[in-house]
Amino acid sequence: MPFLEVQDLKVHFPVRGGIFNRKLRSIKAVDGIRLAIEQGQTYGLVGESGSGKTTTGRAIIGLNPITSGTVLFEGKPILGGGVRSRPGFRRDIQMIFQDPYSSLNPKKRVLDIVAEPLRNFEKLSAQEERRRVQQLLEQVGLSPETIHKYPHEFSGGQRQRIGIARAIALKPKLIIADEPVSALDVSVQAQVLNFLKDIQKQLKLTYLFISHDLGIIRHMCDHIGIMYKGRYVEQGTTADIFENPQHIYTKRLITAIPDMDPSKRERLIKFREAVKAEYEQAYEQYFDEEGLAYPLRPVSKTHLAALPEKG
Amino acid sequence: MNEELLRIENLTTSFRILDDYYAAVDDVSLTVRKNEILAIVGESGSGKSALAFSIMGLHTRARIEGSIFYKGQDIAALPPSKLNKLRGNELGMIFQDPLSALNPLMVVGSQIEEVILLHHPKVSAKERKRKVIDLLTKVGIPRPEHTYELFPHELSGGMRQRIVIAIAIANEPKLLIADEPTTALDVTIQLQILELIRRLKNDSEAGVVLITHDLGVVAEMADRVAVMYAGQIVEIADIYTLLSDARHPYTRSLLQSIPSAGSAKSRLHVIQGIVPSLQNLPRQGCRFRTRIPWIDESAHEEQPGMHEIAPGHFVRCTCYKSFRFPDQKEGGARHAIS
Amino acid sequence: MWKTTARRMIIMIPQILLLSILVFLLAKAMPGDALTGLLDPSIDPAALEAQRERLGLNNPWYVQYWDWFTKALQGDFGQSFRFKMPVADLIGQRMMNTVWLSLLTLVLTYLIAIPLGIISGRYHDTWADRMITGYTYLGFAAPLFIFALLMLWAFGFHFGWFPTEGSVTPGLTPGTWEHVVSKFYHILLPALSMALITTVTTVQLLRSEIIDTKQRDFIITARAKGASEARVYNRHILRNSLLPIAAFFGYEITGLIGGTVFIESIFSYPGMGQLFLSSISLRDFSVVTALVLLYGAASIIGALLSDMILSAVDPRIRIK
Repeated sequence: MPFLEVQDLKVHFPVRGGIFNRKLRSIKAVDGIRLAIEQGQTYGLVGESGSGKTTTGRAIIGLNPITSGTVLFEGKPILGGGVRSRPGFRRDIQMIFQDPYSSLNPKKRVLDIVAEPLRNFEKLSAQEERRRVQQLLEQVGLSPETIHKYPHEFSGGQRQRIGIARAIALKPKLIIADEPVSALDVSVQAQVLNFLKDIQKQLKLTYLFISHDLGIIRHMCDHIGIMYKGRYVEQGTTADIFENPQHIYTKRLITAIPDMDPSKRERLIKFREAVKAEYEQAYEQYFDEEGLAYPLRPVSKTHLAALPEKG
Repeated sequence: MNEELLRIENLTTSFRILDDYYAAVDDVSLTVRKNEILAIVGESGSGKSALAFSIMGLHTRARIEGSIFYKGQDIAALPPSKLNKLRGNELGMIFQDPLSALNPLMVVGSQIEEVILLHHPKVSAKERKRKVIDLLTKVGIPRPEHTYELFPHELSGGMRQRIVIAIAIANEPKLLIADEPTTALDVTIQLQILELIRRLKNDSEAGVVLITHDLGVVAEMADRVAVMYAGQIVEIADIYTLLSDARHPYTRSLLQSIPSAGSAKSRLHVIQGIVPSLQNLPRQGCRFRTRIPWIDESAHEEQPGMHEIAPGHFVRCTCYKSFRFPDQKEGGARHAIS
Repeated sequence: MWKTTARRMIIMIPQILLLSILVFLLAKAMPGDALTGLLDPSIDPAALEAQRERLGLNNPWYVQYWDWFTKALQGDFGQSFRFKMPVADLIGQRMMNTVWLSLLTLVLTYLIAIPLGIISGRYHDTWADRMITGYTYLGFAAPLFIFALLMLWAFGFHFGWFPTEGSVTPGLTPGTWEHVVSKFYHILLPALSMALITTVTTVQLLRSEIIDTKQRDFIITARAKGASEARVYNRHILRNSLLPIAAFFGYEITGLIGGTVFIESIFSYPGMGQLFLSSISLRDFSVVTALVLLYGAASIIGALLSDMILSAVDPRIRIK
């Protein structure tokens, strides 16, 4: 039994218009996503802007209403209301947001920010609470004396650590990290990524890691799902995806990753042109009339790809 | 073979904070040649964008010292009317965020037309429009006639960046300054934009200053690289040397901290401490010394200068000679759980 | 575009209905009814009751409301007991006076606001800006009716430059040049008094819009194109900053309604506002309800106008 299982998840947003503001059609932000994560693993959700990866994460935690489909957490269903429907889930699943500048309330002290989930779920005395917050801050590598400071007194990386301290305050089992480092500088990024790996080991965390950066996804994840226009185009282990991509969209995405070896430039340009030509030529074969991916078909035991009928 | 286009000598750009001036760009010297891409790499607060703005004379409230020679003429000392003849004409600039860089109330066609009108007022309206359509085609916009009439918000991020590029290259500039041109874009779009910049450079033999924080972009694009830290250039070298034989501790640390495709799953290098803010820069000695405290103080110079350690390879300060990474334990032990 | 407008129009109908119910109920809640003031106190209470029954005053409120509302739709707002004439005719006489006063006030408001706002925004943090902002603070702080009284006293009575009451010199034939000049002469002081106060909001709005637009990225793009400062201002900053001002126009109308009520009373100017205040103090309720309904409708239309202007001038919110 997988730790987190998402079955045929759909999130559709209505588009309203006309004189009476009726629902005209719906935008299928997420259109039939299935995924399963084993405990202690990191599952990467990749896609370009508008692919529905963030909506998927938000739907699992209940920040976006689910149109249809089920989410099973430790085998138990999280109902339509997402995590909100059962208080236990709210403790066990936490989220880390992209922007450390806007996800922390600027008028609250670090103590109040980190203690907020504790206050919702545990009745601690002021002293106990303070001690717990100090412990958490130490855990994320911040000085315990900083509890009375405000978010603006911290750098981007430190703020993201405060966000992480808040997320791990209730000892969650699953963390949904939505682009947790894309607003950060390279050296700070490294700090946060290392740290996420450390606490994963120490707290036996499971991650759903959402990112558009394939370098980071490769570094962090065991399994990867590639989304395009609300559907999966390919799913598999990191090796499956990076070493044996099957779908033209995945291939194109992977070849677009900047290469660190300047001596390969000429060859790369030619290779990319070839991939691009293949993509353009085979587009109609790999996508249906609406430009959406076909259902996934198994390539190997771990590897699925949205290949056309003919194969 | 390569003639020098831009030579910056001892450029210092300072901003006033309360009663003092603080240098965001500090004593920067560099050159850009024709048909060359010089990448300037640095993290936020390194002064790389302030440098780009200084070259274009776009700072409204800054004190600029030193010289910026464009084709032998010091453009830092030019009066606005003379500088305006160069900007948008021989000097083109591509901005980071294409949405905010475009006027939301003008159709994109007129925004490109404006830059032609400013420098070639005699060109007829019809001819101008034709040039704009040509430009839109050149930067890879499908249905240029239709796109001409659209407002910026009606275009995707990648298309908007193409418009910004069309504005920058409308008058065939000799020097193109691109300030984080792909930061706001998806990978596949990033690749298209980078390929476009490269193609335009090859066609026009312009010099390009490419400002970025992304070493991947640098490795893909640059001929030479200048690494900036805390307002100063700490290392300049050609791209091959920089990626294979970087010397400055900051360059080496930076290269170690990116999750590279080759070394999946290993730990990333973390630079200790944080980038100091403009007001808290160490004003004396090596600026990177607080981030590598395990290196002996005596390894640093008192007044770190640029040392040419091989032809065209410059490194600031002498600390590179004795730099080594701390052993692996250093990074891991700090997050110990109590 | 027309769809949005049509939708907004449709939304307006329940808004105005609700307003009319509210106005009607308020009028009902006031002591007395249409007969209380009209009749001789010596009349037999039984006859009075019969009269009430005949006029439908004993019907439930919604029947009375429907009665009133259908008549109002046909322009019949009942009788003013003070003037002994139909309310519609009474308001009709004065409406044009208020319209002219409002129009001139609007023109003056923008004539003052646009140059001041531009100077203040473009040269912000200079002595000129400080003087202009100083004036706007004064304008915000000074209550309109006190300022208007001062103006009336100074320019009407003390210097005697302007007439102190009425909308025209009596005895002039309408349609003659003298009549027009006299009308203009009469509204100039009240309009100026109101404009000087109401304009400060627009000055401030324009100033902050310009300061905000000045720092936007596309202004840097314009400079990087090689545009001169003059062109940057005229082509990019001003055009973009005037947009919210245009959109604010509709709300300006709403603001004028409140202003004219005071101004007309202070300058004894025979418009709707003066009629409104005097009708309240004399309990001429049929006039008051009609005017409140009219004012309410004007405010709703003003807001609609603002939205329409904004969607017409700002491509970002145009609905396809």
